[in-house]
Amino acid sequence: MTNNQLTDSGHLRHFLTIEGLKRPLLTEIMDRAEQFSSITNRQVKKVPLLRGKTIMNLFFENSTRTRTTFELAAKRLSADVMNLNISTSATSKGESLLDTLHNLEAMHTDMFVVRHSQSGAAEFIAQHVAPHVSVINAGDGCHAHPTQAMLDMFTIRRHKQHFPDLRVAIIGDILHSRVARSQIQALSTLGVGEIRVIGPKTLLPSDCQTLGVHVYHDIDEGLRDVDVIITLRLQNERMQGALLPSAREYFQCFGLTEEKLQLAKPDAIVMHPGPINRGVEIASTVADGPQSVILEQVTHGIAIRMAVMSMALGSQSELAEGSTP
Amino acid sequence: MTTSISNIDTLLTSMANDIRHQLSDKNILLIGIHTGGVWVAKALAELLGEDFFDGSLGTLNIAYYRDDFTRIGMHPQVAPSDLPFSIDDRHLLLVDDVLHSGRTVRAALNEIFDYGRPASVSFAVLIERSGRELPIQADIIGQSINLTDEQHIKLSNGDSGLQLELRSND
Repeated sequence: MTNNQLTDSGHLRHFLTIEGLKRPLLTEIMDRAEQFSSITNRQVKKVPLLRGKTIMNLFFENSTRTRTTFELAAKRLSADVMNLNISTSATSKGESLLDTLHNLEAMHTDMFVVRHSQSGAAEFIAQHVAPHVSVINAGDGCHAHPTQAMLDMFTIRRHKQHFPDLRVAIIGDILHSRVARSQIQALSTLGVGEIRVIGPKTLLPSDCQTLGVHVYHDIDEGLRDVDVIITLRLQNERMQGALLPSAREYFQCFGLTEEKLQLAKPDAIVMHPGPINRGVEIASTVADGPQSVILEQVTHGIAIRMAVMSMALGSQSELAEGSTP
Repeated sequence: MTTSISNIDTLLTSMANDIRHQLSDKNILLIGIHTGGVWVAKALAELLGEDFFDGSLGTLNIAYYRDDFTRIGMHPQVAPSDLPFSIDDRHLLLVDDVLHSGRTVRAALNEIFDYGRPASVSFAVLIERSGRELPIQADIIGQSINLTDEQHIKLSNGDSGLQLELRSND
């Protein structure tokens, strides 16, 4: 994909995918998030940076965590934020996506945060918005979920610091996971030593090798000596598609249990983008155990989203007429 | 007002004397504005001795409180704000390197009040130059200088310590 998410001077204008972004930009997102996370320790947990900006959360697909943390991030930056649950609004009355969009634009929106079940939806919207509007992808189909990947990188960096020394394993349904796709791109851009994917053949993409990852169908082998374990949610619809026999059998083969966790390094961290299916991809004792950083990931989501929103809206000044950078 | 800059150590010593004179019975907390103000605050703390200020140095990064985000976007990153004390009902001394338009001080005051409600805020500055755009003034001043809009004064902190540099656009 061409990098239409950057301005001419290389600043973030939209945030649609990790693909094509360079390491310094990913590092800048994490550094800025680090600064924003200190705001939480104050009496007034917000800064006036985006005061007067209007942000629309356009969620064509359900979400609790992502939508809430985007909303909180916008509020901590003093932006006005609206949540639109599109499945219950105008599109269900027959209005086209672009008509909905242009109507919201006419309300002087500065940013759209888009979640859609269709891959490429956020990019489509980014191509059709007015020049002064930024678009953030909050998950599109099986394609990308870049803010989730960045909050995961941020969580890893908080615990492990130096990416090239790390061995990271992602377990589960890589094939249908926009989270895994964005994570793999981010991990490899940040120069992680080894990326492993672990799962049944039916849930791994056929072109896995070209992603620069090592493929394991045996969880015991795959977890050996890793520093970071990322478990992915097993979506129920995969079972219906006959890709898997049953949740119980999946847990026996690929569920992360305390016993299997022992195979990783003693200080390995366990991550999950949520929502978790206890007893399907991860045992409760692991999800709630001392090596789990799952709730930290949620907290970090706010700071990462503050960073991305402020960077994208900040670059709009470059587009303003007659401005000098 | 003059246009020649005095020796920086002389300026700092005179500021330290004024601070001792005006604020010594107030159990002051010290806050520097990134980046130059932090350097000046550190130098003042050294001159006044360990016990003069209560607690360690607080630092402010006013990047999120500026009034020019819409015009120039995000600023380069500097260290985040860190006030390692409660400011409620305390007397604060805010320090910066140069007072020019007054916009930085406006931003710093706004940020301070998001941390709590201080009893008072005094403001110390190494160089007070002409060009105020807001009704803001300093309580402790190293030196006042009259400069044109094209002239800029900048504090740097290199191998030879703090240095003031006067530059012209033309």
